[in-house]
Order: sequence, then C-alpha cells, then structure tokens
Amino acid sequence: MKIHLNSEKCQGHGRCYSLASDLFDSDDLGNAVVLVTGELNADQLERATVAANNCPEYAIEIGA
Amino acid sequence: MDKQPVLDFATDFDHTDPAWVADPYPIMEDLRERCPIAHSNRYGGMWVPVLHEDVSAIANDTEHFTSRTVVVGSGRPTEEAPPAPIGVAPPISSDPPFHAIARRLMLPAFAPKPVNALEGFTRDLCSGLIDKMGDADIVNAGVDYSQHIPVGLIAKMVGLPQDQGDLFRGFVHTILEGIDQPMEVRMEMFAPIEAYIIKVIEEHMENPQDDLTSFLIDAEIMGQKLEPSHIFGTMVLLIVAGIDTTWSAIGSSIWHLAKNPDDLARIVADPSLLPSAIEEFLRAYAPVTMARLVKEDFDFKGCPMKKDDWILLGFPAANRDPAFFDRADEVIIDRVENRHAAFGLGIHRCMGSNLARMEMTVAIGEFIKRFPKFELADPDAVTFSQGQVRGPRNLPIRILERA
Ligand code: HEM
Ligand code: SF4
Repeated sequence: MKIHLNSEKCQGHGRCYSLASDLFDSDDLGNAVVLVTGELNADQLERATVAANNCPEYAIEIGA
Repeated sequence: MDKQPVLDFATDFDHTDPAWVADPYPIMEDLRERCPIAHSNRYGGMWVPVLHEDVSAIANDTEHFTSRTVVVGSGRPTEEAPPAPIGVAPPISSDPPFHAIARRLMLPAFAPKPVNALEGFTRDLCSGLIDKMGDADIVNAGVDYSQHIPVGLIAKMVGLPQDQGDLFRGFVHTILEGIDQPMEVRMEMFAPIEAYIIKVIEEHMENPQDDLTSFLIDAEIMGQKLEPSHIFGTMVLLIVAGIDTTWSAIGSSIWHLAKNPDDLARIVADPSLLPSAIEEFLRAYAPVTMARLVKEDFDFKGCPMKKDDWILLGFPAANRDPAFFDRADEVIIDRVENRHAAFGLGIHRCMGSNLARMEMTVAIGEFIKRFPKFELADPDAVTFSQGQVRGPRNLPIRILERA
C-alpha cells in the first residue's frame, strides 16, 4: 500500500503533516508533500491511514 | 430599533437573535431534522445550510457563489467597492482567478516554519499574562487572557505597536458585531483605524521593517507593485481574521475544560492528548461562520436562490452534523477521525490555521500547566459574542490549584 496525494484537492489544512511528520511534510506554502512514496510498512500504513482520515478535503488516498 | 425576536428559525433565521447567541446547537439540530436549508427575509434575503454536505458543496462552488463580501449585513457592497474578483480585502473577498494570486503571495508567511518560529514569543506572552493575574482566586480567562494573545501575534507579524489592543479589538467588533448599524455609521467608526493603518504604511515606506507590512509594500504581482487599496485591505483582513477568531477558540477551549474536570485531568496527566483535544474543540466549538452572495438566480437543492441573497456558511453546523461525524454532539478529546471544517473548506481554507493552532496549543498548554485545576466561577456570568464569530467574552474562572 502507498500514499497517493491529490495536490489539486489539498488546501493546506496541515492535518497530515501534524499527525505523521515522518510521512508528510509541508512545502513553502503549507501544502502537503509526501515523504514516503514507496510501499508502507505496517506501522506507517496505520499512521498514513489516520492522516488520510483526518484530511478535510479528502486529498489523501491509501491504495495500491 | 429593536429587532423582532425569531419565532421560527426555519423561515425567519437570524444569527443575532438572543436564542441563537445563547445556544445555537439545539437550533441547528432542529433545523437539520426538518429544514436543512433555512431561509430568512432579514438582511435582504438569506439562506442557511446546516448539513455538512451542503456547506461543503457551497464552499466549493465558486461558480454560483461569490466571496465579494463574507460578513452578512443589511447592505450589499456599494458600487465603489472593488468588484469581484478582487474585493475589498484580498484574498478572503476575492474570487477565482485573482484569489489564487493574492493568496499565494501571503501563504509562505503562514506556513509551519515561520509560524513555529513565533512559539517562544507566544509562550512568553502567555506566561506574562498569567504572571499578571497574581494569586487571585478568580481570573477572567476571556478579558485577561484569551483576547490578548492573538492581538500580540498579529501586531508582531504585521508590525503594529504592541500596546494598541483596544483600538484593534474595537475595530474588529465594529466589523463583526455592528452589522445592524447603517453603513454611514459603520464607515464613521472605521475612520480612526483607517487613518491609523495608513500612518503605519507610511512609516514603513520611510523605514522598512522585517514584517508583513513591509512585505506587502515590496510585493509584486506580475511585475506590478500592489495597489495601495490591496495593501490596506490585506492589513485590515489580517487584523479582522486573526483576532476575534483565535480569541474565541482559546476561550471556548478553556470554557470546556472548566466545565469538564475529567477532560482537564486527563490532559494534565497526559499532555500528548493536547493536539487531538484542540482539534476536537475546534470541531465542537468552531468559532467562524462565513458568508457568500448568490451570483445569479439559481436553484440549489430546490431552494430558489436569488441574485445577491446571502448564504450564511455555517462551518460550526457542518461540524455537528451526525451524518458526517460519529457522536457529533459529544466532545471526545481523543477522537481519532476528525475531518472538521473549522478552518473552512476549499480554496479559502483559513490562511492562518497554522498560526491559530500554534497559538491555541501554547495558550491552553501554558494555562493548564500553571492552573492544573479550575472551574467556572459563575456559569451564568459567561457571555458569548454575537454574530459570525462565536466565543466566550466574559469568562470568570475559579482557580482550584496552582502549579
Ligand atoms: C481558530 C482561529 C481561526 C478560525 C476558526 C478561522 C477560520 C477561518 C475560516 C472558516 C475561513 C474561511 C473563509 C471562507 O471560506 O470564506 C478563514 C479564512 C481566512 N483566515 Fe482564518 N481563522 C482563524 C484564525 C486566523 C488567523 C490567526 C489568521 C491570521 C491572520 C487568519 C487569516 C485568515 C485569512 C487571511 C483567510 C482568508 C483565506 C482565503 O480567502 O484564501 N485566520 N478563517
Ligand atoms: S490534511 Fe489534506 S488538505 Fe491538509 S495539508 Fe494534508 S493533504 Fe493537504
């Protein structure tokens, strides 16, 4: 499973990089950047899912 | 002239009605069940969606709704006001495509890195306010604490003197709560602050500083310096958007903790709960309701909306929608899934959200560190602001334990 970020939808609420700062970071504008683009291990998957479920804009998907 | 009290919020909605100001949540719940888009002939026509689904759809629909003005009043912006897409206070009053340009210009100043650099300043400000309370049994967490923190931060970022809090708060009050005053009266009330801001801009032109005022003076959009009205409008926006909002959010959080000793004790024992608690306070007590104007006659979900009707865009109502949140009316400080809309949805997402969260985290963190146990001194004495920004203003707290 991987992190898919839809940058068109991201409005920079910053929930993802606050909740999982090893998986997401902020760019200069406050929008999200994905730090781990490959396959997630179990621990990463759990936290990536929490981040995705807190994004108000539905900009993050976890999938194949 | 006193307004008529509202008898039915579904057909005669008014967010300044004392019943709504006292406790809006049961009214939202009632509307959700029988009329999820309320209507009113007040303010020249207004619609009030209360479902998350509808608030989200309208916030994301810049084709049918304009942000030309975001505070409901009896008048509409006059002919002299800068038209859409720029508006009087970019970017909040701007529509696409200009919105993205005005917003992009300001975003870097509000990204996590520059904001987090202000944490030490914020902590000193908060602990200084608490020191000033001495060893009084009862402290006013509204008047003596919450209201000063955002003023200090905005003054520092924009480059305004730190000792003008009353002037700014008076000005913000006129804009946000003086909505029943005729336009001429409101304009007159703006005169002193207008003169003041122009003076600040002139001083910065002569003597540039490392702050947002000098940044705006130097900024260029496509090789052109900003219009003076853009600089002025954005400074006004930062003062208006940054002060009452964050003051309300800090105040509501302390209000909740004073009424819920178990939540307070849990966070004091385990401060790692603070971030999720803050998100939950933002959800449950979202301070900010915005507005839109309908661009052209248009049918939205069976509601015959007319050009220039107001939409009261209730992010607080969206945040309490049981179709969107589990146990929506309960405050659960370790809620795991919380896609709340306290900072709006779509392109106008609050530009100050990183700053507001930092201020809340430091302000509440310092307060509970110094006062690990407290309660409301007099629940009936707590008063709430009226209008589109909701939060406690008078908030007497009895301190039960000091650290
Ligand atoms: C807890 C405190 C705050 C809350 C709940 C809040 C809420 C909001 C909301 C709901 C919007 C969306 C407006 C819309 O859709 O029309 C917004 C926009 C905005 N906020 Fe905040 N705000 C807060 C603090 C701040 C602070 C501290 C600043 C800093 C100066 C700020 C600056 C702005 C700006 C500039 C916009 C306009 C963004 C745009 O139109 O692109 N806010 N805010
Ligand atoms: S939480 Fe969503 S909107 Fe916010 S920065 Fe992350 S991806 Fe973007």
